[in-house]
Amino acid sequence: MEVCYRYDGTFDGFLTCVFEIYTHHEPPMDFRLSSDDFTLFEEREVLTHPFHAQRVYKALYGISPAFQNLIERGFLTCLPQKELALYELIRRGLREGDRVLRDLSDPTVARVNLALKKMWTEWDHLKGFVRFSDFGTVMAGEIEPKNRVLPLLGSHFAGRFSGEKLALHDRTHKETLLCAGGQWTIVPTEEFSLGRAGEEETAFRSLWRSYFNTIAIEGRTNPKCQSTHLPKRYRHMMTEFQPPEEKGEDNALVFPAALG
Amino acid sequence: MELMEKLNILADAAKYDAACTSSGVSRGGRAGSIGSAGNSGCCHTFSADGRCVSLLKILMTNHCCYDCAYCVNRRSNDVPRAAFSPRELCELTIQFYRRNYIEGLFLSSAVLKDPNYTTERMIECLRLLRSEYHFNGYIHAKAIPGADSVLTYQLGLLADRLSVNIELPSEQSLTLLCPDKKKSAILSPMAQIRDKAEQSKNELKLYRHAPRFAPAGQSTQMIVGATPENDKHILTLTQSLYRKYQLKRVFFSAYMPVSDNSLLPSPVGFQPPLLREHRLYQADWLLRFYGFTAGELLDDDHPNFDAALDPKSDWALRHPEAFPVEINRAGKEELLRVPGIGVLGTKKILTARRYGPLSFEGLKRLGIVMKRAQYFITCSGRYLPGLKTSQEGVYRRLAGLEREELPQPQFQQLSLFDLPAS
Repeated sequence: MEVCYRYDGTFDGFLTCVFEIYTHHEPPMDFRLSSDDFTLFEEREVLTHPFHAQRVYKALYGISPAFQNLIERGFLTCLPQKELALYELIRRGLREGDRVLRDLSDPTVARVNLALKKMWTEWDHLKGFVRFSDFGTVMAGEIEPKNRVLPLLGSHFAGRFSGEKLALHDRTHKETLLCAGGQWTIVPTEEFSLGRAGEEETAFRSLWRSYFNTIAIEGRTNPKCQSTHLPKRYRHMMTEFQPPEEKGEDNALVFPAALG
Repeated sequence: MELMEKLNILADAAKYDAACTSSGVSRGGRAGSIGSAGNSGCCHTFSADGRCVSLLKILMTNHCCYDCAYCVNRRSNDVPRAAFSPRELCELTIQFYRRNYIEGLFLSSAVLKDPNYTTERMIECLRLLRSEYHFNGYIHAKAIPGADSVLTYQLGLLADRLSVNIELPSEQSLTLLCPDKKKSAILSPMAQIRDKAEQSKNELKLYRHAPRFAPAGQSTQMIVGATPENDKHILTLTQSLYRKYQLKRVFFSAYMPVSDNSLLPSPVGFQPPLLREHRLYQADWLLRFYGFTAGELLDDDHPNFDAALDPKSDWALRHPEAFPVEINRAGKEELLRVPGIGVLGTKKILTARRYGPLSFEGLKRLGIVMKRAQYFITCSGRYLPGLKTSQEGVYRRLAGLEREELPQPQFQQLSLFDLPAS
């Protein structure tokens, strides 16, 4: 009998669901978040159980490290009904083993791989397109990604700017990456605003804008090529596409207290 | 002079350098220093001309003692001149880097006084950046032809990538247009960089802390369309540069009309050969990743690329004996030669084949785009059902596909009511 599973939306929660599916022999019809509306189908509320999740996580490693990695990364993507697709892969993985990863022409495998490819592209874009602003004690920035890329960006920015304190806010998933001294962590954030920039910050922003405009060769202007490489959805967060600031009072930056 | 003004003058003077890559070296962040580098590089933005901005591409100075006809910075050109002090440049780099605007610095320079003096100033700047500012990010430095080999060596110890521009595709053009530069003066630092990099690599195998000389290798650039060489000449030269000097990249730069010298194409109504540059880059990829040779792509009967077709389709249509390729049996080399199937596509096909036979449906799910590939492949012995193939028909369709992707000609509506200019 197929049931609809409700869980808290975390990776551990999803793994606990998989555990429940196998203990009760009840294949999933759908996965829903605890906060979603109720449905008319039979539902099972799953409470995240770290130990059960760990057992499933280890079983995935048993299929192969690459398989475990695929499921873990796949969970960060914005694929619609990703849980069903990932469950389908786990089911096949436990039966057939690692070779399911090579069945690239299978519709489910292809769908997950495509979602992963898009996520890695977004990650690669954002490594470059993120803009930080200096607010004295902290360098802060904002992004609005489709996939949950913060866990992937963490080690990149923490390693690169090990001497700085960084705060990078994800508007879509309402969480913030905090980096200091080479370490990083992600905290849920309801409210985040980047106050007004100081004088020095404004000066460097205008230097950058002016550099950006100068470096283009007039005779080769090619907006189509530019949009292919730098999709317009990133631009509203990028310094060089924002209008110059007006002079005014400095505002304090609001960021989570956890940064310390 | 104000910093903003200097930045504008010196970035403007540097923009004709095509290379802005930050690839070829992988280095994690280190405590106490700022920066890291990833093997595949990172683009931080794309300028209005669609080119990647990865590094802060800038000249140390644009005061030049040479008078190369094709160059904006030639001494006879009347442009505003400026020079950065090493500290100004370091400060700018670090502040841009902290804000994640750039991946590193691309430092070049016009030749101030003489090549040695210029190189010394560049070394001074890079040394300050590396040792005082603890900058661990990417640095690309331009080696100045004619500088002492000891100085070039020092530059290479501080930079990740070095480049020497070959400027023009043949010696005759070089003597004609840049009387101050000699072919040998360009090739000798290239050979030196190759040998030192090789030596450094060998030493690193034995001693972990041996000095790293240009770990990301070297690249070069040449101007296309300013002089009469054909595509075959340029591509053969490119191939021999890759083979002889182990270059990582050869860049092509379509000539922009910056001069009205009588030896160069007249700037009036001159269109930069952008499509030709694009075709050369496509062929460059075929040389580096697809196992093609210059002689296969172009020969004496066919010395220039067909503007209407990409070089790979062009080759495929001239070699019907190599096709069709059977997707379920062909080797890696054969798959790579199919138009529409790239390096990643080949890899996916090889992986998926280990699970089971592939159909056309399956190929599409792998992400192989069929619009070019369909004319050249079979799956389990069959062409795509309903496909019509004839030599001319395929040419027309492939050229049609290509046309959609190229810049469209500008049309203007005729008007009956335009007043004649009085």
